[in-house]
Amino acid sequence: MPPVVESSLAVKADFPIFARRFGGRELIYLDSGATSQKPQAVIDAQAEHLRSHNANVHRGVYALAQEADAAYDGARRKVAAFVGGRPQTTIFTKNVTEAINLVAYSWGRANVGPGDAVLITQMEHHANLVPWQVLCRERSAELRYLEVDERGELSLEALERELARGDVKLVAFAHVSNVLGTINPVAEMTARIRAAGALSLVDGAQAVPQMPVDLQALGADFYGWTGHKALGPTGIGVLHGREELLERMEPFLTGGDMIASVDLQSVSWNELPYKFEAGTPPIAEAVGLGVAVDYLSALGMEQVRTHERSLTAYMLERLGEVPGLRVVGPPEAERRGGLVSFTVEGIHPHDVAELANRGGVCIRAGHHCAQPLMRCLGVGATARASVGVYNDAADIDALVDALQAGREVFGL
Amino acid sequence: MDDLYRDYILEHYKRPHNFGELDPHDLEGLEHNPLCGDELGVHIRVKDGRIEDLRFHGHGCAISQASASIASEELKGMDLDDVGKLDADWMIELLGIPVSATRRKCALLNLKAVRGAVTGDNAWPS
Ligand SMILES: Cc1ncc(COP(=O)(O)O)c(C=O)c1O
Repeated sequence: MPPVVESSLAVKADFPIFARRFGGRELIYLDSGATSQKPQAVIDAQAEHLRSHNANVHRGVYALAQEADAAYDGARRKVAAFVGGRPQTTIFTKNVTEAINLVAYSWGRANVGPGDAVLITQMEHHANLVPWQVLCRERSAELRYLEVDERGELSLEALERELARGDVKLVAFAHVSNVLGTINPVAEMTARIRAAGALSLVDGAQAVPQMPVDLQALGADFYGWTGHKALGPTGIGVLHGREELLERMEPFLTGGDMIASVDLQSVSWNELPYKFEAGTPPIAEAVGLGVAVDYLSALGMEQVRTHERSLTAYMLERLGEVPGLRVVGPPEAERRGGLVSFTVEGIHPHDVAELANRGGVCIRAGHHCAQPLMRCLGVGATARASVGVYNDAADIDALVDALQAGREVFGL
Repeated sequence: MDDLYRDYILEHYKRPHNFGELDPHDLEGLEHNPLCGDELGVHIRVKDGRIEDLRFHGHGCAISQASASIASEELKGMDLDDVGKLDADWMIELLGIPVSATRRKCALLNLKAVRGAVTGDNAWPS
């Protein structure tokens, strides 16, 4: 018997998309790792901003423009506070991909050169891999990878060995893996990285929506995340950086809003964080994200984490009932974020997702933008089920039923 | 009965015809489905301007494997000039099941590899 899971935050009703029916059936959404659904409060806040407070920011003297400024800056303060950051060092980007590119260009081009190394891990999303590969190629530096062990975890000893080589300028790694689910020991890693005189960049895309994140405790030099996975709108991401580093870095994109003054042949940059926000920013999206983090704070991130952990434990337990199903990543829910990747013997992951869909369940299949990791795992693709605040045990049951029915379709 | 996973589709998936490699071969093609990392390669032996023999290999979903298996029977003996004229409709019709927009790539992966091997045109279907 699977464990009884009480964990339901009972918030489905806050998310209007769950009122939709697909062929008469309810939406069973287990793809929050790709993007989360949005609470009514976020949808309303964005609409209300556009309806009643819309003006461009940073340039108007009239009342409406001041409202827009207040809304944008207010959103930044909330977003910064949500993860224990400061507004000046909280930069809005388009998504976490852009946040990482910002660092790879602005910091990387100035600080990485021949003979240097950038260290990443085998479990990185392409967003935290390709920018470093391009940087290293361009600057004739070496890109090295920390291995993932059979449990889907990194080794601190291996990290120390790499750092001891003395050439590592920056270590970039995911807080939570989007394929394995592994929660990496960020504070332990950043302490070692700092001691070795290197910088750290943490990709928090899968962590911020699921667990309490305290930037001070984590100690990363750069920490990026993406709004749309954290109940917020698409089109907005966040980069937190250490002030001295951001101060010294050249801008990534240039243009309006990010300058202090411009002559015909020279320019001086605006102060932080505006130096890194060229052009009109995603204002309504920032407002939406501000309300998303309010919503999460009201639930309580400790509660959210507890909920996701118990649902993940339930998911691991129930998926174990499906013959031929193999889970990748750490076996214990304590060591994981709220997602489980798996393969089913005799059914290709695409077909697994298709069969789940017949049971009304949305899961994702493919390489999850982590092709090097797929090769390490020795699979071409996996199916992945990921949970959000709105899921409950019944959603997992529906997935397991659909998989069992799918095995029958395939004559297994 | 299942619309997509008809018995014959699953039969081809589990026991594909002409699966494997062919050595020596005259032509070869290799295609990836960038969405899912699937990979499909073909080896072709040519005689008198026709496909004398053909094998496909790689890994993929039921739709891509069944497409390759079903098509392999039709392709054997086909004039190379005619292979270059085969289009997506030919493959989908041959497959005989309704294919959604997302699964279309799976269904056409094999024909893409075969056409690439025969015509050198890797851009199809653009
Ligand atoms: C771990 C991780 N990093 C980066 C990304 C990229 O996020 P975005 O596409 O919002 O930049 C994702 C999401 O797909 C992810 O899961």
